[in-house]
Amino acid sequence: MSFLEVTAFLANGFVFSLIIFAVTLLCGVPLGLPIAFCSMSRYKPVKAVSKVIVWIVRGIPLMLQIFIIYYVPGLLFKTPIFSNIDRYIISNFNIPNEGLLRMLLINAGSLVAVLIAFSINYACYFSEIYRGGIESISKGQYEAGYVLGLTKSQIFRKIVLKQVIKRIVPPMSNEIITLIKDTALANCIMIPEIIKQAKELAATKAMIWPLFYTGVFYLLFVGLLTILLGRLEKKLSYFN
Amino acid sequence: MSVLEVKGIMKSFGKTEVLKGLDFSLEKGEVLSIIGSSGSGKTTLLRCLNFLEFADKGTISVNGKTIFDGASLKKLTDNEIRENRLHFGLVFQSFNLFPQYSVLENITLAPTLLNRGSEEEIKAEALGLIERVGLSDKINNYPCELSGGQQQRVAIARALALKPDILCFDEPTSALDPELTGEVLRVIRDLKDEDSTMIVVTHEMEFARNVSDKVIFMADGVIEEMGTPDEVFLNPKSEKTKIFLNKDIEKV
Repeated sequence: MSFLEVTAFLANGFVFSLIIFAVTLLCGVPLGLPIAFCSMSRYKPVKAVSKVIVWIVRGIPLMLQIFIIYYVPGLLFKTPIFSNIDRYIISNFNIPNEGLLRMLLINAGSLVAVLIAFSINYACYFSEIYRGGIESISKGQYEAGYVLGLTKSQIFRKIVLKQVIKRIVPPMSNEIITLIKDTALANCIMIPEIIKQAKELAATKAMIWPLFYTGVFYLLFVGLLTILLGRLEKKLSYFN
Repeated sequence: MSVLEVKGIMKSFGKTEVLKGLDFSLEKGEVLSIIGSSGSGKTTLLRCLNFLEFADKGTISVNGKTIFDGASLKKLTDNEIRENRLHFGLVFQSFNLFPQYSVLENITLAPTLLNRGSEEEIKAEALGLIERVGLSDKINNYPCELSGGQQQRVAIARALALKPDILCFDEPTSALDPELTGEVLRVIRDLKDEDSTMIVVTHEMEFARNVSDKVIFMADGVIEEMGTPDEVFLNPKSEKTKIFLNKDIEKV
């Protein structure tokens, strides 16, 4: 296999990494907000449930959570839901013989399981960042809003939110950079993400260097993220 | 008829009684200074007037209408509280400007959200207020670019933008160094000339003496002495007032 062929082969794997990355952000970023509000709720039971969930999700390895999401529904309902999705797609769709589309279709079920596990996991981490951000806003900002006759929701949307966003950009950047590297965990249920692809080459073609070459993909992507997040941080630096 | 009438206000935090039944009234255009040592309940009183705290007992009436009655607290909805609040404006010790908004936006934000007029009207009004507090060259600056005194003047303009019946100041110069205190006090004094009704909690005795129409000396949650500045400062009747005022002189 030539260098270009290896690159293309690995790039297909990186598409999976990027899908997991994008969907996790798309679901996890908004999902974190209600969890954060529950963790700050005045109602003790709501608060307790939310705190326990966050404790569990942050307390056990993400890889284990992927296994749980993938296998436990099958144990509970006596039928492997996610592999059934794969089977359904394989028997009902015209699967091409090779290429990225084939990889996506035959792995759709496991991919859904991974996406659920990642979204819940990251939502919990994000919720704690949101909570810290919201609680760091001084009481005076709320009171200034109250005495100006604003409603609670106006105060949150028009006064507090942007200050919270400014404060959470650095910790969120950290999590987002960790996320792209965490996508490698998907290979524990045979999702052909980039490292799985490289291991495949090692196993079938006795090529070890592609495994190290995968680092370049991550580095380039993290570089891009760093630039984008840095810009966002700079854009919000006009106020304190 | 008095603009403000406060009767029997009481407030406790847990077992600590902070306000032990206060009565006073204020006429339109009057400036009331509240003095007293820390912990005497001055700030709590202002916070009760602005509904940041709810008194346990007593009534607050504005222009003859009772807007708060400790006996029927639970009947007030969030909307009623918000409407009642708007009779009062509050300028905080620590300014509490909104950092992400410019000077102009800080002032126009609330009138815009409360639909107090068209965009142009609100802006024109805000520009007028900014001129009154002497910051016309700073309209597009952000709070972090202003000195403490300038920030406090913006905060005053922000409170005035909603045209409250009574404007309250909670130690407006306590967070400022002496150099900046003057510019804020001057703005408040100018407001008096324009017939604003004001309540000023302050440690600036000179200011209380020269600007107010009425002075209240508070100690341990009660009004220890109330009267014109001359009465309170020159002929205090209560022992506590005498001691407090003497301390203030000794300090210098």
